[in-house]
Amino acid sequence: MSKDSKFCPGCGQPIILQTLYRILQEQKSEEKAVLGLDIGCALLAWDFLPINTFQTHHGRVTATMVGFKRGRPDSLSFAYTGDGGAYAIGLQSLMWAAMRNDPITVIVANNSVYGMTGGQTAPTTMKGQVTDTSPHGGELDPMTGPELLRSINKKAYLARTAVNEIQNVKMYLTRAIETQRQGNFSLVEVLSFCPTNWRVKGPAMIEFLNNMKEPFKMGEF
Amino acid sequence: MSRQFLTGHEVVVQACIDAGATHMFGYPITPGTEILSGWIKRAQEDRSLQYLQTEDEIAAGFCVAGAVMAGAKAFTATAGPGTVLMQDAMSMSDGMRLPFVVIVGQRGGPSSGTVIYSQQEVNLAIRGGNGEGMRIVFSPSTVEELYRLTRRAFNVAWQYRFPTVVLTDGYLLKTKQDVSLDFVGGNVGAEPLVSEKTQKNIRNIYTFEEELYEELMKQKEDFDAMAKDVVESEFYCGNEVESKKYKVESCDELIISHGIVAAAARDAVDQLRSQGKNVGLFRPITLSPFPKEELNEIVRNVKKIWIVESSMGQLRDLVKQNIDFTDFEKIPQVDGLYKPAVGIETEEIVNLFV
Repeated sequence: MSKDSKFCPGCGQPIILQTLYRILQEQKSEEKAVLGLDIGCALLAWDFLPINTFQTHHGRVTATMVGFKRGRPDSLSFAYTGDGGAYAIGLQSLMWAAMRNDPITVIVANNSVYGMTGGQTAPTTMKGQVTDTSPHGGELDPMTGPELLRSINKKAYLARTAVNEIQNVKMYLTRAIETQRQGNFSLVEVLSFCPTNWRVKGPAMIEFLNNMKEPFKMGEF
Repeated sequence: MSRQFLTGHEVVVQACIDAGATHMFGYPITPGTEILSGWIKRAQEDRSLQYLQTEDEIAAGFCVAGAVMAGAKAFTATAGPGTVLMQDAMSMSDGMRLPFVVIVGQRGGPSSGTVIYSQQEVNLAIRGGNGEGMRIVFSPSTVEELYRLTRRAFNVAWQYRFPTVVLTDGYLLKTKQDVSLDFVGGNVGAEPLVSEKTQKNIRNIYTFEEELYEELMKQKEDFDAMAKDVVESEFYCGNEVESKKYKVESCDELIISHGIVAAAARDAVDQLRSQGKNVGLFRPITLSPFPKEELNEIVRNVKKIWIVESSMGQLRDLVKQNIDFTDFEKIPQVDGLYKPAVGIETEEIVNLFV
């Protein structure tokens, strides 16, 4: 159902993307869907799915899809981004898209690091987590996107799950799409594996992801 | 069409509507604000006109990029520091060949500078992105021309798919003139880049250097082919000479200026010629692509060039880049009046020739 993956071995992002595509297939909505991609590892999805996709700029996919949806209101507009694109450089546009209740669906792959540049500190880097740019460990509590946006948009659908809870990935994305159809903003954050930059393998990768579920609460908000 | 008494801002809004634009995304900044507020005012009467005041110019630019990909004729208007922020989306539009239209009201810089006037955003308009500057940039001289070139901007953007700038300033935007809004020809239609009928995967980042190189060479080829149709200039040798058929020999000294400064220079040419001085004006209407052939044909026969601009030499640099000095018997002297961020009046130009 998809072309060759350009993601690293063990990356969680193909799970998110293939789940999204499965939902679109089941709903016969592939043609309505447009997947905008942020820059970061998200850009690797540019030819992964047989639907309309395009790359944008780092932190700019949300604003681009706000414009796209306004240009074509009957589309299903998805902004696919990493944690840095969503919550650091792109936070202003993300907050305002939520604030205005723009009817788009933002999907955030949260792996707690900047993956494409080699594992630097992200807004979602956890307290004590060592990266190249936080050698003494993260000093801040990580950014929690869905919780933040809850306070500024009462109608939005906001949820967080993880790639090793695939039933929830599917359920939450389905609800997010339904929310977009009803004319409201939605965001699903998915905790995702990054063995390359976590510098772990095998069971330690799953343990790392499960440990992320302590600061990042699972569920709908 | 009947004559109307309109400001530059009103004329821009009318031109966008007449060009078939449906969406404006913008962020208030002097002297471009009234284009946003003027559009929103018109949208109250015409519900087909959409608008969004975004959180910043970056978002305004990317909303335009998204909307044009969806097939909507969208545009933005900005100025100064906003033009700087707009480069992010314009650079993406450079790379993806998006029909991105922006009206820029130049203001004094650097930084927040002054808020009404300069000619200091020439470099930014053409080469503000992290690439090769393959953009179409129009520099209107009068309010009427502001109308024609704004309409033309949408047509060339959608026909040739290069980002297009209408480079103006707060003086022209705030000027109220008796105008006739004429435009020859129809509107180029807006086609979506992706739709339900397509299945496209569009990149703007490449794995291999060679892939980007090939893409850029293709863009250059398209840009040069487009230039032949789009490039525009005016050579003015006094009101006794009708527009295009001119005698190159009749001009010893040549003023080169663009935009509103060229309107003052045009008056200066009339005055100087009435004093018996053999002076002409060359005015690039497209700053990019630059009217290189037209310039060289005229410059070959003049003794001296006077660059006149409200910048320290952004136009001069463009002119020098485009003069083909290799086939000159005698290279003309280049002098100029460079007044960054302040207006230039007819008398100052006339006085250059005392």
